[in-house]
Amino acid sequence: MSPSPLLSAFRSSLSEAWANGAGLLLPLGFFTGTATLVPFALGPEAELLSRVGPGVLWLALALSSMVTLERVFQADLQDGALDLWLQDIGSISLVAAIKTLTHWLVSGFPLVLLTPLIGFGLGVPTEKMVPAMLGYAMGGLVFFLWGGVAAALSASVARAGLLIALLALPLYVPALIFGVQMVEAGFDSPSFLFLSASTLFALGVAPAAMGAALRLAAE
Amino acid sequence: MSDGALISGANLGAIRGERVLYRNISVTAQAGDLILLRGANGSGKTTLLRQLAGLSEPQSGIVEREGLHHWIGHTNGLKAYETPRSHLSHWARVWGSEADMGLILNEVGLNRPADVPCRLLSAGQKRRTALARLLLEQRKLWLLDEPFNALDTDGQALLAEMIEAHRSEGGAVLAALHGSAPIEATREVTL
Repeated sequence: MSPSPLLSAFRSSLSEAWANGAGLLLPLGFFTGTATLVPFALGPEAELLSRVGPGVLWLALALSSMVTLERVFQADLQDGALDLWLQDIGSISLVAAIKTLTHWLVSGFPLVLLTPLIGFGLGVPTEKMVPAMLGYAMGGLVFFLWGGVAAALSASVARAGLLIALLALPLYVPALIFGVQMVEAGFDSPSFLFLSASTLFALGVAPAAMGAALRLAAE
Repeated sequence: MSDGALISGANLGAIRGERVLYRNISVTAQAGDLILLRGANGSGKTTLLRQLAGLSEPQSGIVEREGLHHWIGHTNGLKAYETPRSHLSHWARVWGSEADMGLILNEVGLNRPADVPCRLLSAGQKRRTALARLLLEQRKLWLLDEPFNALDTDGQALLAEMIEAHRSEGGAVLAALHGSAPIEATREVTL
């Protein structure tokens, strides 16, 4: 497969994200809102916030990743673009992967950049900030990839948000566990290796699963 | 597949739930053919066309195609934010086509709304945009689902001309239709 269809899929996904306008900001708003409400709910005790902060950020990241997943493939199915991709592209899996990675780039990666700001507010220690950011980048990628599989599986279902959550959340668990542990234990811990393995596994398996699900949805 | 055939579907069948839509349908198209799939609403024309296009697995039978084909379905494949020009440019990049976009837009009568977002176009203009994809890249086989839908008289005449020109250049067209159209088929398959 030549790179031009994949570059075109990337450009088209960026245009779609741009055309969605404020929709892009939803995950950011959700992430920021969830994380900033926590101190109000738990109280201002610095030690407590510092202990739960990384976990709260991971939960906020996991839930934020699902906010806009519903439309990633559903729009293509409804407007007929999926048929055009399917008719002669060697691998719909690669196109699906590009669309999901673009979605992560515009909706997920900005959450990583927000981490220091919100992390300091939650009392996450400075030395844990870099592992936390790398962890959120890798974990976010895992969440978006498995979320993409759930979105592809439910592309033909109207108001699929709940179904996407039911399908995707169990798949988030390993990355969530290893991610939280990695923030605590740093790069030298086995958790970092397990999180890396989870990311590689999702990168290897999720595109094929998305491709198969989209073929099924188009039937 | 027989010699010279661009597409061949043999003993195709489709079942929806417990209802058999059709069974043992065979279709073969060669250069110059215009085959119309006819039938009442719900008879399975679109399903058969999707099976022939490889978009849907037949419950029975086998489909063989020679090379790539163009597909125009019920929906036009357009995004609300795209313009006719950006839509065609996108698929030209995907297919590696270097076709002259201005010429194609002119040919399908979309010169004026070429840079208008599709959400502001009429149904007929959207259909013309989808039909313009047929001219982006030379492909011998066209599979068209209700291609005359939403087109005005001029648009219908334009599509009929495009189909005739394509056939005379050695192409073949399979189209699902339920109404009348200004084209004369070489063969009809009724479901």
